[in-house]
Amino acid sequence: MDDRMNFSTNAPAHHVVVVGNGQAGIQLIDSLRTEGYSGRVTLLGEETHFPYQRPPLSKDYMAAGSTPEALPLRAEKFFPENDVDSRLGVRVTAIDRAARTVTLDDGSTVAYSTLVLATGAANRSLSVPGSTLAGVHGLRTLADAEAVHARLGDVGAVVVIGAGFIGLEFAAAARQRGIAVTVLEFADRPMGRTLSPALSRYFVGAHERMGVTLRLGEGIASFTGNAGRVTSVESTTGTSYPADLVLVGIGVVPRTDLAAASGLAVENGITVDSSLRTADPNVFAIGDCANYPSHHAGTRTRLESVQNATDQARHAAKAILGRSGSYAQLPWFWSQQGALKLQIAGLVQSGDTTVLRGDPATDKFSVFSFRGGRLAAVESVNKPGDHMAARRLLDQGRSVSPEQAADLGFDVKSYSKAQ
Amino acid sequence: MTKLSFHHSDGSIDVVETDSETSIMRAAVTNGVRGIVGECGGQAMCATCHVYVRPEYLGGLPGIGDDEDEMLDCTADPRDDVRSRLGCQIKLGTGFDELEVDVPGSQV
Repeated sequence: MDDRMNFSTNAPAHHVVVVGNGQAGIQLIDSLRTEGYSGRVTLLGEETHFPYQRPPLSKDYMAAGSTPEALPLRAEKFFPENDVDSRLGVRVTAIDRAARTVTLDDGSTVAYSTLVLATGAANRSLSVPGSTLAGVHGLRTLADAEAVHARLGDVGAVVVIGAGFIGLEFAAAARQRGIAVTVLEFADRPMGRTLSPALSRYFVGAHERMGVTLRLGEGIASFTGNAGRVTSVESTTGTSYPADLVLVGIGVVPRTDLAAASGLAVENGITVDSSLRTADPNVFAIGDCANYPSHHAGTRTRLESVQNATDQARHAAKAILGRSGSYAQLPWFWSQQGALKLQIAGLVQSGDTTVLRGDPATDKFSVFSFRGGRLAAVESVNKPGDHMAARRLLDQGRSVSPEQAADLGFDVKSYSKAQ
Repeated sequence: MTKLSFHHSDGSIDVVETDSETSIMRAAVTNGVRGIVGECGGQAMCATCHVYVRPEYLGGLPGIGDDEDEMLDCTADPRDDVRSRLGCQIKLGTGFDELEVDVPGSQV
């Protein structure tokens, strides 16, 4: 980007319009202002609730007691102090890239100089018989969480569809409240899209010890209800499970409709380049909805995580201001399942060789994954020190040997801090 | 009512008064105290709510758990062996009615 563009980007007449006020959209605004952007900013969010953090909703939020307050992403004063026109309860219905405008659901249009799509993802929905019965819930928004939390006080049995992060976090939280929990998972292992087989195996046992009935290789066939409310779940093996409440956690689909309708390329997310820009130089996409060339995956990928949302937002803010470069932040993830703190640094891929560090029987250990002889990812259970060491090493493109990884006498934390 | 004072490196102070049993991190994020991020939502996963507790208040605090201890080794600004804590792990309304912390220069 040349100096002229750089100047015009920061001119008062420049207008950055952000679609989506989740973790990505709000971090983008924060970073734009921190980086010195002085033009106009408009933030368009669909939900009427003040922007909040989603990760606690499937964990702490589900604990017994009165309805918790959501944790805001920023204080209310953040928006006026940063001169952000934040509009809640507003849906964008179309993008006109030639005119550089977006159309809102009230029919009005907003002109932009730069458009940032931070539209996130939507829960994948079920279409089996009975899916619309009362008591069948998804869990993504605060409204979803409020509805589920309100019911948990008087349910005896819960069935969770899908042994992914959300489903298992919720299962563990429900068990802590003494609720009987059955989890149905169509695949042969839990969290199979993200975890190494070794760690999936550990979590099978861990959830059994929490008292969760985990049924692998068993999908959902139908729901049965009484007076419009779910009473049982029938699985693909013909087994029936009583259910006072069903939580469906079968993954998400990126929200790409707006981008696709405006003629932007979409393939498992909105296609962006290494600066997180679409083929239209005035349009960026970040976070759950963006498909980007990943240095760490070695291919195009789309990630669903807080780290991905916030780091991409920081990067895109700089790119908008003409400070280009390739996005190459290390992906990392976490999950809290009962007393188990799961942290992942890097991306596990099939074909990686794994080395165990520590004893899973102690519920404090890590699995180091190697690809082509080099460290590629580390999954840790209740070992934040290993996780942070791994983040440092992978961030710097450094490795340890498989022998070092397995040797508890090798101080990986000190090693990661030494240059 | 707990009175929380956040001291910034430029000498400015944010004072937050709260009567709920919230954490230092939540009180800071909810009230827009700059320099406290809380990116993981309060689960000791990200170490972006690092604070240096002023010495006179250290006595009233809960002990440091294993998770917090390990995450404190990984903060963006250096750990102080005595004063560093994660704001998400200190609940207000227990053991003290006033607390003063210094906010690190960076969290990410």
